[in-house]
Amino acid sequence: MIMDRKKEQEVALELVEDALRQVMDPEIPVLSVMDLGMITGIDIASDHIGIRMIPTFSACPAVQVIRGGIKKKLEQKFSIPVQVDIDPEISWNSNRITEEGKEKLRHFKIAPPSAISEWEEGSLSAIPCPFCQSRNTYLRSPFGSTLCRSLHFCRDCGSLFEHFKELE
Amino acid sequence: MDEALNTGLAGLITRMADDELVLGHRNSEWTGLGPILEEDIAFSSMAQDKIGHALALYQVLERELGGTDPDHFAFFRDAGQYQCCHFVEYPNREYDFSLMRHFLFDAAETVRFASLEESTFQPFRQLARKFRGELKYHMMHARAWIHQLGHGGEAARERMQSCLSSCFGSSLGIFEEGIGDDTLISSGIFPGEKALREKWLELVEPLLEAAAFQMPSVAETGPDTGGRTGIHTSFLQPLLDEMREVFRMDPAASW
Ligand SMILES: [Zn+2]
Repeated sequence: MIMDRKKEQEVALELVEDALRQVMDPEIPVLSVMDLGMITGIDIASDHIGIRMIPTFSACPAVQVIRGGIKKKLEQKFSIPVQVDIDPEISWNSNRITEEGKEKLRHFKIAPPSAISEWEEGSLSAIPCPFCQSRNTYLRSPFGSTLCRSLHFCRDCGSLFEHFKELE
Repeated sequence: MDEALNTGLAGLITRMADDELVLGHRNSEWTGLGPILEEDIAFSSMAQDKIGHALALYQVLERELGGTDPDHFAFFRDAGQYQCCHFVEYPNREYDFSLMRHFLFDAAETVRFASLEESTFQPFRQLARKFRGELKYHMMHARAWIHQLGHGGEAARERMQSCLSSCFGSSLGIFEEGIGDDTLISSGIFPGEKALREKWLELVEPLLEAAAFQMPSVAETGPDTGGRTGIHTSFLQPLLDEMREVFRMDPAASW
């Protein structure tokens, strides 16, 4: 019966993850908390679900909204009390965004972050343009419309575009 | 932890947080008034970060040292209980002063948090790790402007030089020592204000010189101190009144 119990747990975990894929970041509504790599722990017990999460940028004003969004979504779906805690042990970094998340950013015309291992301060000067893919671009400002974005200009197609910043 | 260590640590956290809170509020005063849209956004974003850092530090105070509620502590002390340095209290004046202050302060913040990555106090290590990436963007912004304005013609260079000369002494007040610092240094909690000031000079001097600015001499200008013992400029009280007014409009707002 041990195998069955394990299997049950796996199924439950997948269901919770699916539900979390429907909780979006209010600042970038195409990305879910799973895409962003904000979930650091899922604990499924018989009488409650515990979620641990981390904010992206430390002053991100959306954290409380997201926290509430997770609780509401899971409680609706599973009819069981849900506790969402901020995990102090782990710091978010931009490598936590999944490949799927990066692809969604590209579709949304926001240039995704590069892998941090390849990232140097200077590399902000040649971010690929999400409209025409040209690297002939320059940094207009390290601060965009939200804390996680920087502002760039493409010399080839003349677009002003945003980039999800690398954060180590 | 013993009593002296706790007192020293609470003092250090309070002055760091108060600096962030007050300068964050000054930065936010550029919202809607920045000289160009990008700068408006940049100062608003940096304000948000600073106020976020302040909150995180007040929370450490509450959690680790039995401090009071962070919101209340942030906004409702008497002016004499704040421990921010004078440098962050001064009004924004022109954009040149704000930029120079941003450069000098954020460089100090950068070296301070870099040193705290080695602290024996674990909450400092966590925060320092968390803030490191963000501070890089602040410094990137500040350095770009210092460089551009240093090479941006005589008028720009002169204005920035005159700001540097007039506010350098005041910026040294960031490194005013606190009462319990010796205990904190010997326990490896932080390297001490003298060491931080040296590291800061090593960072800012080459950048200012590369931008063709002349460094004012440390000996001549002397630090603008008193803030760490609750003696403030006349600019702090009106600023606190304004912050409280905003806070009272919506005390339940999460910031
Ligand atoms: Zn383009």
